[in-house]
Amino acid sequence: MQIRKFTWATKSAWLLAKELKSEFRTRYALNAVFMFALTTLAVTSFSIGAFALTPRIVSSLLWLVIFFSSLSGLAQVFVKEEEAKTASLLRLVAAPDTVFLGKLLFNLALLLMLELIVVPLFMVWMNVSILNLGLFLSVLLLGTLGLVCATTILAVIVSKARAKGSLFAVLSFPVLLPLLIASIDGTRLSLEGQEFAAGWGDIRLLVSYLVVMFVASFLLFDSVWSE
Amino acid sequence: MGPMISLEAKNLGKWFGHRKVFEGIRFRLEGRESLVIRGRNGSGKTTLLKVLSGLLRPTTGQTVISHDGKELSPDQRRNLLGMVMPDLELYGELTAFENLLYLSRIRGTRPEKETIRDKIKRVGLEGRGDDPVSSFSSGMKQRLKYAFALLNDPRILFLDEPTAYLDEEGASLVHQIIGFHREKNLVIIATNEQSDLRYADQEIHLGD
Amino acid sequence: MFWKVVLLIWMSAVIAAAFLLPAPQSQLGPASRIFFFHVPVAWVAVLAFLLSFVFSIMYLKTRKLDYDAKASTSSRLGLLFVILATISGSIFAKSTWGSFWNWDPRETSIFILLLIYGAYFALRSAVESRERRAALSSAYAIMAFVAVPFLVFVVPRVYLSLHPTTSVIDVRLQMQMPPAILITFLASLLGFTFLFIWMFNLERRINILAARQKEV
Repeated sequence: MQIRKFTWATKSAWLLAKELKSEFRTRYALNAVFMFALTTLAVTSFSIGAFALTPRIVSSLLWLVIFFSSLSGLAQVFVKEEEAKTASLLRLVAAPDTVFLGKLLFNLALLLMLELIVVPLFMVWMNVSILNLGLFLSVLLLGTLGLVCATTILAVIVSKARAKGSLFAVLSFPVLLPLLIASIDGTRLSLEGQEFAAGWGDIRLLVSYLVVMFVASFLLFDSVWSE
Repeated sequence: MGPMISLEAKNLGKWFGHRKVFEGIRFRLEGRESLVIRGRNGSGKTTLLKVLSGLLRPTTGQTVISHDGKELSPDQRRNLLGMVMPDLELYGELTAFENLLYLSRIRGTRPEKETIRDKIKRVGLEGRGDDPVSSFSSGMKQRLKYAFALLNDPRILFLDEPTAYLDEEGASLVHQIIGFHREKNLVIIATNEQSDLRYADQEIHLGD
Repeated sequence: MFWKVVLLIWMSAVIAAAFLLPAPQSQLGPASRIFFFHVPVAWVAVLAFLLSFVFSIMYLKTRKLDYDAKASTSSRLGLLFVILATISGSIFAKSTWGSFWNWDPRETSIFILLLIYGAYFALRSAVESRERRAALSSAYAIMAFVAVPFLVFVVPRVYLSLHPTTSVIDVRLQMQMPPAILITFLASLLGFTFLFIWMFNLERRINILAARQKEV
């Protein structure tokens, strides 16, 4: 039997594939995240009615929906392993780096899928037009990446604590606050139709945030994941 | 003779907070030796097994696994060992085949699909390879755990209660597997079953 | 024993000076005296946070539970000082600008520090095993610490876009401090720092005794 050396990327890709397959069969995280987002969106749109909203309010609402929806589902990727007792097997078999990247990519896929549906819906229900699409999408993508990078390690932490419903939210908020502020600001600028250059400060912050969070999470991951 | 595999426990100790589970565990296994860990329920057999395989960090001491005299890194160790334990569950929502396929590739090994099907057959689960593991009985799950543990032809086999959940046929299969494996490799068994004691080249008795 | 007394005398002198010397800022009047307390207390809160961060790293490197105890003690005191800083800042804000809370950058930062400490202890109370609690809270302390610098860049952007008027920080920087004020301020800073160290040691000794008692 050969042991061909797989790279970190390949092994993580296989973990991602397994996560997607599992999720497709069980839909634990998907249901939670989508239903939460749709419900929040509907409530928001309904309660605001025909009232015209400023770009500032719209962008805040959008990111609030994304933030809270992700909280309802991003920890699942680790919590379900602990609950089903499959975590030990994964620990035995997979290198910590593989688990980190694989799970991170899954959460990223989950959030992107969510946004693909929720964002257009949001724009329609809130009756908002995106005047600078390039800036909007850049901020959305970078914000999502940053969110996922920062929350992966928080998700492991929460999965190993007595699952109190609000723990993930309580831990995430202070850490994610810079990201939320920058994303809300950048989104607002894009809705106002300002030039890309105006959003450059926010973009710069989002990029540096995501790099720092990725590195910090990556370095800390093994200390928390291994027993 | 071929390159030798060795496992050495150096003064292993494990505490959970102030509660001591064991301390001062010292032994060395080489080549084709087997170790049996005995003790009452709750004496720490499973904990020791987890420490030896790397699932748990010891509080003191270390486990050194070497191949041909060279100490192995955690990544290398992962590819060399196989483990069957009640605490090690497979993914219920995936089929038997998928479990073995994905897990082996996540580990970084690439057994052929034929090899996987073959191993599933070997443990007596032929025809059930494409059923979700959640539909398996506990005996079938145990057999599947063996299929996975043996998938990468491990040099060290860690077994906790090897014949748990198994009927006579399953138990004799396990004994066959152990017997076969012992011819070239290391086996470490945590057990209370008398019939497993015959494998002991070395023995550790836990819990005063 | 000796140092305790020294600290007592020192702090008494600081408090006396703070009230007896002419007010630091004639524009703001007597309320500006709070500067002698508010700034050092906030500084200690940040120091405690830094210490937590360092002890957390040390724990993860060495796995010695003693470091985790130090991190948690530091955080507990940090929480106390953050609450004091928030309250004192709030009082100052009320007497100066008429409202208790304005979300200006300083206020926001101190509030977030409060949230971080709260989260840290919420996490600790959700884990039973000592080793696990230590590992998880250490990791969180580190992540939180790493996230905080970004706030320095991001919060002003939000605040400035809402309130273009000068914030508290500018007011202070513009202050020219006559020697008496400066000395009192530095003495206060030093005094509160030593207060923190003294309380830290006290808690450590209590914890060690409590741990010893548990063993018996």
